[in-house]
Amino acid sequence: MLNYIWLFMLVSGFVVGIMNGRVKEVTQAALDSAGTAVELAIGLLGIMCLWTGLMNIAEKSGLIRHITKLARPIMQRLFPEIPRGHPAIGAIVMNLAANFLGLGNAATPLGIKAMSELQKLNRNKDTATSSMSMFLVLNTAAIQLVPTTVIAVRSLAGSKNPVEIIGTIWIASCSAAISGIIAVKLFSGLYGKR
Amino acid sequence: MNVINWISLYAIPVVFLIILSMGAYKEVKVFDIFIEGAKEGIETVLKILPSLVGLLVAISVFRASGVLDLLIFAVKPLTDIFGIPSETLPLVFLRPISGSASLALVTDIIKRYGADSFVGRVVSTMMGSTETIFYTLTVYFGAVGIKKIRFTLLAALIADLVSVIASVWICTVLFGR
Repeated sequence: MLNYIWLFMLVSGFVVGIMNGRVKEVTQAALDSAGTAVELAIGLLGIMCLWTGLMNIAEKSGLIRHITKLARPIMQRLFPEIPRGHPAIGAIVMNLAANFLGLGNAATPLGIKAMSELQKLNRNKDTATSSMSMFLVLNTAAIQLVPTTVIAVRSLAGSKNPVEIIGTIWIASCSAAISGIIAVKLFSGLYGKR
Repeated sequence: MNVINWISLYAIPVVFLIILSMGAYKEVKVFDIFIEGAKEGIETVLKILPSLVGLLVAISVFRASGVLDLLIFAVKPLTDIFGIPSETLPLVFLRPISGSASLALVTDIIKRYGADSFVGRVVSTMMGSTETIFYTLTVYFGAVGIKKIRFTLLAALIADLVSVIASVWICTVLFGR
Protein backbone atom coordinates (compact mmCIF):
# COMPACT_ATOMS: atom_id res chain seq x y z
CA MET A 1 0.00 0.00 0.00
CA LEU A 2 2.83 2.42 0.83
CA ASN A 3 4.22 1.66 -2.64
CA TYR A 4 1.09 2.93 -4.36
CA ILE A 5 0.82 6.02 -2.17
CA TRP A 6 4.44 6.91 -2.70
CA LEU A 7 4.02 6.47 -6.45
CA PHE A 8 0.82 8.53 -6.45
CA MET A 9 2.33 11.40 -4.45
CA LEU A 10 5.40 11.68 -6.65
CA VAL A 11 3.75 11.17 -10.05
CA SER A 12 0.76 13.41 -9.32
CA GLY A 13 3.12 15.95 -7.77
CA PHE A 14 5.34 16.17 -10.83
CA VAL A 15 2.46 16.07 -13.34
CA VAL A 16 0.39 18.72 -11.54
CA GLY A 17 3.53 20.75 -10.90
CA ILE A 18 4.28 20.79 -14.65
CA MET A 19 0.69 21.75 -15.46
CA ASN A 20 0.70 24.50 -12.83
CA GLY A 21 3.97 25.89 -14.12
CA ARG A 22 5.65 25.10 -10.80
CA VAL A 23 8.35 22.88 -12.29
CA LYS A 24 11.15 24.83 -10.65
CA GLU A 25 9.57 24.81 -7.20
CA VAL A 26 8.75 21.11 -7.39
CA THR A 27 12.28 20.18 -8.46
CA GLN A 28 13.77 22.34 -5.74
CA ALA A 29 11.45 20.80 -3.14
CA ALA A 30 12.50 17.29 -4.15
CA LEU A 31 16.21 18.04 -3.87
CA ASP A 32 15.95 20.07 -0.66
CA SER A 33 13.90 17.53 1.21
CA ALA A 34 16.43 14.77 0.53
CA GLY A 35 18.84 16.91 2.53
CA THR A 36 16.22 17.59 5.18
CA ALA A 37 15.78 13.84 5.68
CA VAL A 38 19.47 13.49 6.51
CA GLU A 39 19.33 16.44 8.91
CA LEU A 40 16.33 14.84 10.58
CA ALA A 41 18.11 11.51 10.91
CA ILE A 42 21.22 13.16 12.37
CA GLY A 43 19.05 15.08 14.81
CA LEU A 44 17.44 11.80 15.80
CA LEU A 45 20.76 10.01 16.18
CA GLY A 46 21.80 11.42 19.55
CA ILE A 47 18.38 11.18 21.19
CA MET A 48 17.96 7.70 19.80
CA CYS A 49 21.25 6.52 21.33
CA LEU A 50 20.41 8.17 24.65
CA TRP A 51 17.07 6.41 24.98
CA THR A 52 18.08 3.01 23.64
CA GLY A 53 21.00 3.13 26.07
CA LEU A 54 18.80 4.08 28.98
CA MET A 55 16.22 1.48 28.00
CA ASN A 56 18.93 -1.15 27.99
CA ILE A 57 19.61 -0.32 31.67
CA ALA A 58 15.88 -0.45 32.39
CA GLU A 59 15.70 -3.85 30.76
CA LYS A 60 18.78 -5.41 32.34
CA SER A 61 17.78 -4.17 35.80
CA GLY A 62 14.37 -5.81 35.52
CA LEU A 63 12.40 -2.55 35.53
CA ILE A 64 10.75 -3.36 32.21
CA ARG A 65 9.70 -6.73 33.58
CA HIS A 66 7.86 -5.01 36.45
CA ILE A 67 6.10 -2.61 34.09
CA THR A 68 5.16 -5.51 31.85
CA LYS A 69 3.51 -7.27 34.77
CA LEU A 70 1.57 -4.18 35.83
CA ALA A 71 0.20 -3.52 32.36
CA ARG A 72 -0.66 -7.12 31.55
CA PRO A 73 -4.45 -6.97 32.00
CA ILE A 74 -4.97 -4.28 29.33
CA MET A 75 -2.12 -5.31 27.08
CA GLN A 76 -3.29 -8.90 26.86
CA ARG A 77 -6.58 -7.75 25.35
CA LEU A 78 -4.99 -5.35 22.89
CA PHE A 79 -2.10 -7.63 21.93
CA PRO A 80 -3.24 -11.23 22.42
CA GLU A 81 -0.44 -12.51 20.14
CA ILE A 82 2.35 -11.39 22.48
CA PRO A 83 3.34 -14.17 24.90
CA ARG A 84 3.26 -13.53 28.66
CA GLY A 85 6.16 -11.58 30.08
CA HIS A 86 7.67 -10.78 26.68
CA PRO A 87 9.77 -7.55 26.69
CA ALA A 88 7.68 -6.18 23.77
CA ILE A 89 4.92 -5.34 26.27
CA GLY A 90 7.30 -3.28 28.40
CA ALA A 91 8.56 -1.34 25.40
CA ILE A 92 5.02 -0.67 24.15
CA VAL A 93 3.93 0.59 27.57
CA MET A 94 6.97 2.86 27.85
CA ASN A 95 6.28 4.29 24.39
CA LEU A 96 2.60 4.91 25.08
CA ALA A 97 3.50 6.52 28.42
CA ALA A 98 6.02 8.81 26.72
CA ASN A 99 3.41 9.80 24.15
CA PHE A 100 0.87 10.40 26.89
CA LEU A 101 3.22 12.71 28.74
CA GLY A 102 4.11 14.49 25.51
CA LEU A 103 7.75 13.39 25.50
CA GLY A 104 7.96 13.16 21.72
CA ASN A 105 11.74 12.85 21.72
CA ALA A 106 11.61 9.83 23.96
CA ALA A 107 8.56 8.29 22.33
CA THR A 108 10.12 7.60 18.92
CA PRO A 109 13.17 5.63 20.16
CA LEU A 110 10.96 3.69 22.59
CA GLY A 111 8.48 2.97 19.80
CA ILE A 112 11.22 1.68 17.52
CA LYS A 113 12.43 -0.50 20.40
CA ALA A 114 8.90 -1.86 20.72
CA MET A 115 8.76 -2.56 16.99
CA SER A 116 12.01 -4.52 17.03
CA GLU A 117 10.73 -6.58 19.97
CA LEU A 118 7.54 -7.26 17.98
CA GLN A 119 9.65 -8.16 14.96
CA LYS A 120 11.35 -10.90 17.04
CA LEU A 121 7.95 -12.54 17.41
CA ASN A 122 7.22 -12.20 13.70
CA ARG A 123 7.53 -15.37 11.64
CA ASN A 124 7.27 -13.58 8.30
CA LYS A 125 9.88 -10.84 8.56
CA ASP A 126 8.70 -8.60 5.71
CA THR A 127 5.01 -8.58 6.67
CA ALA A 128 3.40 -6.64 9.51
CA THR A 129 1.74 -8.62 12.31
CA SER A 130 -1.58 -7.65 13.85
CA SER A 131 0.24 -6.57 17.01
CA MET A 132 2.37 -4.18 14.97
CA SER A 133 -0.71 -2.69 13.33
CA MET A 134 -2.38 -2.29 16.71
CA PHE A 135 0.69 -0.61 18.14
CA LEU A 136 0.99 1.81 15.22
CA VAL A 137 -2.68 2.71 15.24
CA LEU A 138 -2.52 3.44 18.98
CA ASN A 139 0.46 5.64 18.26
CA THR A 140 -1.20 7.62 15.49
CA ALA A 141 -4.23 8.31 17.69
CA ALA A 142 -1.82 10.32 19.88
CA ILE A 143 -3.56 10.43 23.23
CA GLN A 144 -1.70 13.15 25.09
CA LEU A 145 -2.27 14.45 28.60
CA VAL A 146 -1.35 18.02 27.70
CA PRO A 147 -1.19 19.02 24.03
CA THR A 148 1.52 21.59 24.72
CA THR A 149 2.29 22.63 21.14
CA VAL A 150 -1.29 23.51 20.29
CA ILE A 151 -1.71 25.40 23.57
CA ALA A 152 1.45 27.38 22.83
CA VAL A 153 0.22 28.30 19.35
CA ARG A 154 -3.14 29.39 20.74
CA SER A 155 -1.72 31.56 23.50
CA LEU A 156 0.70 33.18 21.05
CA ALA A 157 -2.30 34.03 18.87
CA GLY A 158 -3.91 35.81 21.82
CA SER A 159 -6.53 33.24 22.82
CA LYS A 160 -8.56 34.16 25.91
CA ASN A 161 -8.45 30.57 27.05
CA PRO A 162 -5.71 28.64 25.26
CA VAL A 163 -6.28 25.44 27.27
CA GLU A 164 -9.99 25.14 26.55
CA ILE A 165 -9.25 22.67 23.75
CA ILE A 166 -7.67 20.08 26.08
CA GLY A 167 -11.05 18.46 26.66
CA THR A 168 -12.04 18.45 23.00
CA ILE A 169 -8.67 16.99 22.04
CA TRP A 170 -9.07 14.20 24.59
CA ILE A 171 -12.48 13.31 23.25
CA ALA A 172 -11.36 13.40 19.61
CA SER A 173 -8.21 11.38 20.46
CA CYS A 174 -10.14 8.75 22.38
CA SER A 175 -12.67 8.37 19.59
CA ALA A 176 -9.77 7.93 17.17
CA ALA A 177 -8.09 5.37 19.42
CA ILE A 178 -11.28 3.38 19.99
CA SER A 179 -12.21 3.31 16.31
CA GLY A 180 -8.61 2.42 15.46
CA ILE A 181 -8.65 -0.50 17.90
CA ILE A 182 -11.95 -1.74 16.49
CA ALA A 183 -10.65 -1.37 12.92
CA VAL A 184 -7.49 -3.36 13.68
CA LYS A 185 -9.41 -6.13 15.47
CA LEU A 186 -11.89 -6.30 12.60
CA PHE A 187 -9.29 -6.31 9.84
CA SER A 188 -7.03 -8.82 11.56
CA GLY A 189 -10.03 -11.13 11.66
CA LEU A 190 -10.69 -10.54 7.98
CA TYR A 191 -7.08 -10.85 6.88
CA GLY A 192 -6.55 -13.94 9.03
CA LYS A 193 -4.61 -13.97 12.28
CA ARG A 194 -0.87 -14.15 11.96
CA MET B 1 -1.88 24.87 34.47
CA ASN B 2 0.76 24.67 37.22
CA VAL B 3 0.42 20.93 37.51
CA ILE B 4 0.78 20.65 33.76
CA ASN B 5 4.00 22.66 33.70
CA TRP B 6 5.30 20.67 36.60
CA ILE B 7 4.73 17.36 34.82
CA SER B 8 6.43 18.41 31.61
CA LEU B 9 9.35 19.85 33.55
CA TYR B 10 10.02 16.88 35.80
CA ALA B 11 8.97 13.90 33.66
CA ILE B 12 12.34 13.26 32.00
CA PRO B 13 14.57 13.75 35.07
CA VAL B 14 12.28 11.47 37.07
CA VAL B 15 12.40 8.76 34.39
CA PHE B 16 16.21 9.00 34.38
CA LEU B 17 16.37 8.73 38.17
CA ILE B 18 14.01 5.76 38.33
CA ILE B 19 15.88 3.80 35.66
CA LEU B 20 19.34 4.63 37.02
CA SER B 21 18.51 3.89 40.65
CA MET B 22 16.90 0.60 39.65
CA GLY B 23 20.10 -0.20 37.74
CA ALA B 24 22.24 0.71 40.73
CA TYR B 25 20.01 -1.30 43.08
CA LYS B 26 20.35 -4.42 40.92
CA GLU B 27 24.10 -3.79 40.58
CA VAL B 28 23.97 -3.48 36.80
CA LYS B 29 27.14 -2.06 35.18
CA VAL B 30 25.12 0.97 34.14
CA PHE B 31 27.57 2.73 31.85
CA ASP B 32 28.62 -0.43 29.97
CA ILE B 33 25.02 -1.45 29.53
CA PHE B 34 24.13 2.06 28.41
CA ILE B 35 26.84 2.02 25.72
CA GLU B 36 25.73 -1.38 24.53
CA GLY B 37 22.18 -0.09 24.10
CA ALA B 38 23.23 3.19 22.53
CA LYS B 39 25.02 1.30 19.74
CA GLU B 40 21.69 -0.18 18.75
CA GLY B 41 20.39 3.36 18.35
CA ILE B 42 22.91 4.16 15.62
CA GLU B 43 22.03 1.07 13.62
CA THR B 44 18.34 1.88 13.84
CA VAL B 45 18.73 5.44 12.63
CA LEU B 46 20.79 4.26 9.66
CA LYS B 47 18.07 1.76 8.85
CA ILE B 48 15.41 4.48 8.88
CA LEU B 49 17.32 6.97 6.72
CA PRO B 50 16.44 5.55 3.26
CA SER B 51 12.72 5.45 3.99
CA LEU B 52 12.91 8.93 5.49
CA VAL B 53 14.48 10.31 2.31
CA GLY B 54 11.85 8.60 0.16
CA LEU B 55 8.98 9.87 2.30
CA LEU B 56 10.12 13.46 2.66
CA VAL B 57 10.86 13.85 -1.06
CA ALA B 58 7.41 12.52 -1.98
CA ILE B 59 5.68 14.76 0.56
CA SER B 60 7.47 17.93 -0.48
CA VAL B 61 6.91 17.32 -4.21
CA PHE B 62 3.27 16.67 -3.45
CA ARG B 63 2.93 19.88 -1.44
CA ALA B 64 4.91 22.14 -3.77
CA SER B 65 2.92 21.05 -6.83
CA GLY B 66 -0.52 22.16 -5.66
CA VAL B 67 -2.15 18.71 -5.83
CA LEU B 68 -3.54 19.43 -2.37
CA ASP B 69 -5.70 22.28 -3.70
CA LEU B 70 -7.11 19.99 -6.39
CA LEU B 71 -7.93 17.31 -3.81
CA ILE B 72 -9.67 19.81 -1.56
CA PHE B 73 -11.74 21.03 -4.48
CA ALA B 74 -12.70 17.44 -5.30
CA VAL B 75 -13.81 16.37 -1.81
CA LYS B 76 -15.51 19.59 -0.72
CA PRO B 77 -19.05 18.46 -1.63
CA LEU B 78 -18.52 15.31 0.45
CA THR B 79 -17.08 17.05 3.51
CA ASP B 80 -19.90 19.61 3.42
CA ILE B 81 -22.28 16.74 4.23
CA PHE B 82 -20.40 16.08 7.48
CA GLY B 83 -20.36 19.80 8.26
CA ILE B 84 -16.57 19.98 8.17
CA PRO B 85 -15.72 23.68 7.70
CA SER B 86 -13.93 24.17 4.37
CA GLU B 87 -11.30 26.37 6.05
CA THR B 88 -10.04 23.29 7.88
CA LEU B 89 -9.77 21.03 4.81
CA PRO B 90 -6.11 21.81 4.01
CA LEU B 91 -5.26 20.64 7.52
CA VAL B 92 -7.34 17.48 7.19
CA PHE B 93 -5.17 16.45 4.24
CA LEU B 94 -1.86 17.73 5.49
CA ARG B 95 -2.05 16.37 9.04
CA PRO B 96 -1.40 12.71 8.18
CA ILE B 97 1.54 13.47 5.89
CA SER B 98 3.55 16.24 7.54
CA GLY B 99 3.76 17.32 11.17
CA SER B 100 5.81 20.48 10.73
CA ALA B 101 3.80 21.67 7.73
CA SER B 102 0.50 21.15 9.51
CA LEU B 103 1.74 23.02 12.58
CA ALA B 104 2.63 25.95 10.33
CA LEU B 105 -0.79 25.69 8.72
CA VAL B 106 -2.58 25.64 12.10
CA THR B 107 -0.64 28.72 13.20
CA ASP B 108 -1.66 30.44 9.99
CA ILE B 109 -5.34 29.47 10.21
CA ILE B 110 -5.52 30.54 13.87
CA LYS B 111 -3.92 33.87 13.04
CA ARG B 112 -6.40 34.47 10.24
CA TYR B 113 -9.63 33.40 11.96
CA GLY B 114 -8.72 33.89 15.61
CA ALA B 115 -7.88 31.24 18.20
CA ASP B 116 -11.30 31.50 19.83
CA SER B 117 -13.30 31.26 16.61
CA PHE B 118 -15.08 28.04 15.67
CA VAL B 119 -12.53 27.30 12.93
CA GLY B 120 -9.68 28.10 15.32
CA ARG B 121 -10.97 25.67 17.92
CA VAL B 122 -11.62 22.94 15.37
CA VAL B 123 -8.12 23.12 13.87
CA SER B 124 -6.60 23.15 17.37
CA THR B 125 -8.54 20.01 18.23
CA MET B 126 -7.63 18.29 14.95
CA MET B 127 -3.97 19.17 15.35
CA GLY B 128 -3.83 17.75 18.88
CA SER B 129 -5.83 14.62 18.34
CA THR B 130 -3.91 12.85 15.57
CA GLU B 131 -0.33 12.08 14.72
CA THR B 132 1.56 12.28 11.45
CA ILE B 133 0.50 8.84 10.22
CA PHE B 134 2.85 8.53 7.27
CA TYR B 135 5.88 9.58 9.25
CA THR B 136 5.09 7.18 12.10
CA LEU B 137 4.45 4.31 9.69
CA THR B 138 7.58 4.97 7.65
CA VAL B 139 9.87 5.29 10.64
CA TYR B 140 8.51 2.35 12.63
CA PHE B 141 8.13 -0.10 9.77
CA GLY B 142 11.33 1.12 8.12
CA ALA B 143 13.28 0.50 11.32
CA VAL B 144 12.49 -3.22 11.33
CA GLY B 145 12.31 -3.79 7.57
CA ILE B 146 8.60 -4.49 7.17
CA LYS B 147 7.50 -4.12 3.56
CA LYS B 148 3.96 -5.47 3.56
CA ILE B 149 2.02 -3.37 6.05
CA ARG B 150 -1.32 -5.09 5.34
CA PHE B 151 -4.26 -3.11 6.80
CA THR B 152 -2.25 -0.80 9.09
CA LEU B 153 -2.59 2.33 6.96
CA LEU B 154 -6.27 1.74 6.36
CA ALA B 155 -6.97 1.35 10.09
CA ALA B 156 -4.88 4.45 10.88
CA LEU B 157 -6.75 6.49 8.27
CA ILE B 158 -10.09 5.34 9.66
CA ALA B 159 -8.98 6.50 13.12
CA ASP B 160 -7.84 9.78 11.57
CA LEU B 161 -11.16 10.33 9.82
CA VAL B 162 -13.03 9.61 13.04
CA SER B 163 -10.93 12.17 14.88
CA VAL B 164 -11.67 14.78 12.18
CA ILE B 165 -15.40 14.23 12.44
CA ALA B 166 -15.23 14.02 16.24
CA SER B 167 -13.27 17.31 16.37
CA VAL B 168 -15.96 19.16 14.42
CA TRP B 169 -18.73 17.52 16.41
CA ILE B 170 -17.35 18.10 19.90
CA CYS B 171 -16.46 21.72 19.16
CA THR B 172 -19.97 22.33 17.86
CA VAL B 173 -21.49 20.74 20.97
CA LEU B 174 -19.23 22.43 23.52
CA PHE B 175 -18.62 25.85 22.04
CA GLY B 176 -21.35 26.24 19.42
CA ARG B 177 -20.70 27.24 15.83
